[in-house]
Amino acid sequence: MEKTWNNKAWFLVLPVLVLVAFSAVIPLMTVVNYSVQDTFGNNQFFWAGTEWFEELLGSSRFWQAMGRNLVFSAIILAIEVPLGILIALNMPKKGWGVPVCLVLMALPLLVPWNVVGTIWQVFGRSDIGLFGYYLNKLGFNYNYVQDPIDAWFTVIIMDVWHWTSLVVLLCYAGLVSIPDAFYQAAKIDGASRWAVFRYIQLPKMQRVLLIAVLLRFMDSFMIYTEPFVVTGGGPGNSTTFLSIDLVKMALGQFDLGPAAAMSLVYFLIILLLSWVFYTVMTNYDAER
Amino acid sequence: MARIDLDHIRHSYLPNPQKETDFALKEVHHTFQDGGAYALLGPSGCGKTTLLNIISGLLHPSHGKLLFNGHDVTNLSTQERNIAQVFQFPVIYDTMTVYDNLAFPLRNRGVPEADVDRKVRETLDMIDLADWAKRKARGLTADQKQKISLGRGLVRSDVNAILFDEPLTVIDPHMKWVLRSQLKQLHRRFGYTMVYVTHDQTEALTFADQVVVMYDGGIVQIGTPAELFERPKHTFVGYFIGSPGMNVLPVEVEGKTARFGSLAIVLPGAPEKTEGSMELGIRPEYVRLGRVGIGVSISKVEDVGRHKVVRAKMEGREIAAIVGEDEEIPAEPKLRFEPAGINVYADSWRVEMRA
Ligand SMILES: Nc1ncnc2c1ncn2[C@@H]1O[C@H](COP(=O)(O)OP(=O)(O)OP(=O)(O)O)[C@@H](O)[C@H]1O
Ligand SMILES: [Mg+2]
Repeated sequence: MEKTWNNKAWFLVLPVLVLVAFSAVIPLMTVVNYSVQDTFGNNQFFWAGTEWFEELLGSSRFWQAMGRNLVFSAIILAIEVPLGILIALNMPKKGWGVPVCLVLMALPLLVPWNVVGTIWQVFGRSDIGLFGYYLNKLGFNYNYVQDPIDAWFTVIIMDVWHWTSLVVLLCYAGLVSIPDAFYQAAKIDGASRWAVFRYIQLPKMQRVLLIAVLLRFMDSFMIYTEPFVVTGGGPGNSTTFLSIDLVKMALGQFDLGPAAAMSLVYFLIILLLSWVFYTVMTNYDAER
Repeated sequence: MARIDLDHIRHSYLPNPQKETDFALKEVHHTFQDGGAYALLGPSGCGKTTLLNIISGLLHPSHGKLLFNGHDVTNLSTQERNIAQVFQFPVIYDTMTVYDNLAFPLRNRGVPEADVDRKVRETLDMIDLADWAKRKARGLTADQKQKISLGRGLVRSDVNAILFDEPLTVIDPHMKWVLRSQLKQLHRRFGYTMVYVTHDQTEALTFADQVVVMYDGGIVQIGTPAELFERPKHTFVGYFIGSPGMNVLPVEVEGKTARFGSLAIVLPGAPEKTEGSMELGIRPEYVRLGRVGIGVSISKVEDVGRHKVVRAKMEGREIAAIVGEDEEIPAEPKLRFEPAGINVYADSWRVEMRA
């Protein structure tokens, strides 16, 4: 049969193209547009070139926020991954305990971000919050509004409370897929508890752990809602992460140019991370 | 190496077993002699794996005691019992190399590295994986993995017994034969107590001095391959061992005569027990086809190489006979039962006959 050559088919993709253009490309381009201009209001714009980018990358404010992000991600990973593994290892494998544990674990994951923030904002208050009040009663001088360390402590505890379950559930899925025969063989071979973990359980969890680490890293790198609700980035700038800084700049100070430049840089960082994620995963699969 | 006594062992997977049928292992009371090679033969679900796991300590029996060389080990852990066990499906530590997989059981027991090396190399040669020693175990084929599992069982020389749970299921026929003869050699050389579970009667009969036939959670007969063949204690053993299995005919017994329909078959003696449902068992090897005896119609002849299997109808009942490769089948065939091959069963259990 003769093929008909024309370009009519392009009309069929048009709706999607339009949708993507309006939802992603045009906003992004607007941001690019702002990032290279300056404005003094009145809808008057002046060409600024790479000025905002240079200013941003040269500013200690940006690097400090970035540093906080990295430290935050490192701390929560260092807590959530081992804790998640430990909990998963101790969850029952069969019986009525399984659904109970799974529901308990899933609960924090079902709470919306800003609600988590609000819960902890109240929970941690030293005058009326259950947690804050009793910490003070016990003799700890805890006040997340004034003390940067307490603020960090609160934000980290909150993230651990919210997200460790994700690591637990992923690890648990890996663990229940191990056939009984492996544990039996390990007993016959005289393997210690540690050897069973190291040579049977960990290898089985490796893949899901990788996913867990990357998900938690990316997610914690983009953290915004919870610290914003609880500490608002304070005290001082001590919990001002990149995303909070960005919103402050764009909406608080209405510095559109610098904020746009920062958005782009932030966007590129996330893009880079996604790429790393993707590459690591595909390489890992290829190796199997 | 040890003698293993199973003292009235019963096992149920249920927490509160009530009925007899709740038990996966009904009652096993038996001794595995030190240095014996035993095959455990039986259909799927009859409790073979359960029995092995009780011996190795992976399962704790609901009732009964287990003794190694007379010492009660019922409450000892798997590790303390010092038993090697190879499972039906390959279990490998896939982040380790082939070499480390084999070294694992030795290193766990603190064997000096020089001895580990010697033993592992020996075992690698035996399972024919010496060239693969440095490879990660992950990418290997199923039969290579199973050889590693087998190797981990054989690498320890000081074990009380080695238990094999259908270890050669996933291995190709030629390699199966090679490995089986190596196991036999090993047995001769080191005199391990070996228990070898299998579905496959040829495997059982070639491997073992003593074959233990299990059926529905119990041991029905223990004996040499010849005993199992000539004097099956239970009709199940008759069916299960031999190819084709024993012919079993429902009969009525009067003195030295067994009546099957309108036929009267002369028995070599008078059965000691005649109540219950009586059956006559005769192996196809002892059914003679010729010109004298009971008239039959032949429904099928299968040529299986060394001999022919003749399926005939006698009084409306199927009966199998084995005929030599070049023996002729007469036009009007008649059957005769060789007296030496006749066994009589009451309620499925064999009864002795008085001459
Ligand atoms: N973990 C278990 N929980 C409950 N019942 C079990 C368990 N393992 C085995 N059984 C039951 O116990 C009986 C004996 O099982 P077992 O595995 O010992 O049989 P087997 O002779 O090894 O069979 P196969 O040849 O299929 O391996 C079976 O009816 C089986 O369903
Ligand atoms: Mg089994």
